[in-house]
Amino acid sequence: MTVRIHVPADSAAASVGADQVAARLAIEIERAGLDARIVRTGSRGLFWLEPMIEIETAAGPIAYGPVAPADIPGLLAAGLIDGGAHPLRLGPTAAIPYLARQERLTFARCGAIDPVSVDDYRARGGFKGLERALAMKPIEIVEEVTASGLRGRGGAGFPTGIKWRTVLGATADQKHIVCNADEGDSGTFADRMLMEGDPMLLIEGMAIAGLAVGATQGWIYIRSEYPRAVTTFTRAVEACRRAGILGAKVGGTGPAFDITVRMGAGAYVCGEETSLLESLEGKRALVRFKPPLPALKGLFGKPTVINNVLSFAAVPTILADGAKAYADYGMGRSRGTLPFQLAGNIKFGGLVEKAFGMTLGEAIHDFGGGTRSGRPVRAVQVGGPLGAYFPADHLDTPLDYEAFAARKGMLGHGGIVVFDDSVDMAEQARFAFEFCAKESCGKCTPCRIGSTRGRETIEKVIRGEAVERNLALVDDLCRTMTDASLCALGGLTPYPVLSAIEHFPEDFDRAPARVAAE
Amino acid sequence: MHRGQVSGWDAAVASRIIEARRQEPGAMLPILHDLQETFGYVDRAALPLIADALNLSRAEVHGVVSFYHDFRSEPAGRTQVKICRGEACQAVGCRELAAAAERRHGLTLGETSPAGDLTLEEVFCLGNCALGPAVQVDGESHGRVTPDVLDALIATSRSRGHA
Repeated sequence: MTVRIHVPADSAAASVGADQVAARLAIEIERAGLDARIVRTGSRGLFWLEPMIEIETAAGPIAYGPVAPADIPGLLAAGLIDGGAHPLRLGPTAAIPYLARQERLTFARCGAIDPVSVDDYRARGGFKGLERALAMKPIEIVEEVTASGLRGRGGAGFPTGIKWRTVLGATADQKHIVCNADEGDSGTFADRMLMEGDPMLLIEGMAIAGLAVGATQGWIYIRSEYPRAVTTFTRAVEACRRAGILGAKVGGTGPAFDITVRMGAGAYVCGEETSLLESLEGKRALVRFKPPLPALKGLFGKPTVINNVLSFAAVPTILADGAKAYADYGMGRSRGTLPFQLAGNIKFGGLVEKAFGMTLGEAIHDFGGGTRSGRPVRAVQVGGPLGAYFPADHLDTPLDYEAFAARKGMLGHGGIVVFDDSVDMAEQARFAFEFCAKESCGKCTPCRIGSTRGRETIEKVIRGEAVERNLALVDDLCRTMTDASLCALGGLTPYPVLSAIEHFPEDFDRAPARVAAE
Repeated sequence: MHRGQVSGWDAAVASRIIEARRQEPGAMLPILHDLQETFGYVDRAALPLIADALNLSRAEVHGVVSFYHDFRSEPAGRTQVKICRGEACQAVGCRELAAAAERRHGLTLGETSPAGDLTLEEVFCLGNCALGPAVQVDGESHGRVTPDVLDALIATSRSRGHA
């Protein structure tokens, strides 16, 4: 029987040579006349082991990594296609501790299948949720999602079922499903991995949402920084159309549902849902006033469900296994699992899907192995560029929406960025304002002007000019931005700034720069 | 996306691109992406054509083109380097990487060399946050990039371009 060898085509794996590994492997297989076939998959998310390749054996996949093209002749000589012994052999993939200790629901298939093969997806339990949804009434689907406790995985944590119920209750000749795949937060890559590794899970989730609210048109807005995600997702949509999953009869028996793929054009603010809708309509991505809610007046003025990639991707599991099975994971009002992303100065960076409730320190030390530099952890930014910086003594915070809010932080999309003790927190605060100034859509004054004045003021602090007075000014500016900005970009930029000042005051206590000697 | 498939502005080609998309809902961004992929940039001469096709003012079209970081009003260098400046890459030295690239090539981020062979740009997050510092060279991602690795990548891109 032909042996399947899995080589990731994930863009992070490719960034450290996975494409060259696949090319060399193809040559060597041909040369040796082996009965093996290379399948390009997504990544398992163990990035320090990439390129990690896997051999499908009767006992399950066996992993090797990190593999360089030059390792391949030696690997084949050692009996790679039978899972033979070699210094790079990591053993059965499922037994690698980093993976074995996770609770993978959304990412169960990512890295294990050909992402654009309907057969691969179905063989691993795909489309079970859609099949069940096809046999249910719309309100029953909405109730199942509500009962699961699923909250929007884009960052704000709004209950998904409530959003869907509003759209279901609206009357209109056309409704839309919009997937926000404009994952622009530094430290997050879960959306990208899913779109490159298991796009059909997202397609299935969007199709179920269409059934739940009576929408026949789906849209996905993918950021242009992710060219591979755009390509893979588009190919997956085409494969689903050919298989009759999408099109005139969703899942072969349901009403019509199809998905249009759109690419962003480099604007962070499009991660904000109303900006994204403006962009999809072909305009400048200016934030809209709310109300009206997008649920009632969204894309092209029609009722619209707009959710993040991971929100839609959680839905097939909820439908397939039932709301209770999903809600049994988690703590408090944070139910289910969240794919956390370990990034920045971290030894074992990657994707860790766990139920809510693990502490930040467990994530960084038990999974991440501490810093890559080997120096002490000094600051951790969770939740993207608008998230707070936590000091090392906050590592006992559980990864849970409420626990983070209680410490003036936010969990956001689950991105965890680690800094060692070489970080200059005044510089990070300066950058937060700079980023906001560059990415502001410009519609509201606190964000547009406040961010520029904020950067200038922090620069004065860094130069040691009237430090106390300028820090008071920053504080005042931040309050205005928090209270008066239209959206999260202006409204949350104070989080990284004020947390840096609060937790790392020593970095802002600058002596005045000495006048240059004549 | 980075290097145009067609060298030089061609109004007839642009009109065909616009015509093929104009009926789509919210056609503006797809049209601009197609133009940029074809020519390597969005020529000013395209603005009245788009405005006419979509029944908008030229000012509205200009407003969209100038809003998004991706759309260029002139061609990029033959080698296009995007250096990630997101926090995750900052934590592993992207500032030093960007400074070294600027110094070695005599450009600041956002500039194209006078000879048109190299553009250095900043980008905020390539989704490669566990393998920073991350860069994209001619649309391909690279991880754990040092100043020497980046120079080698630029040299490879140049040799491909002149082959």
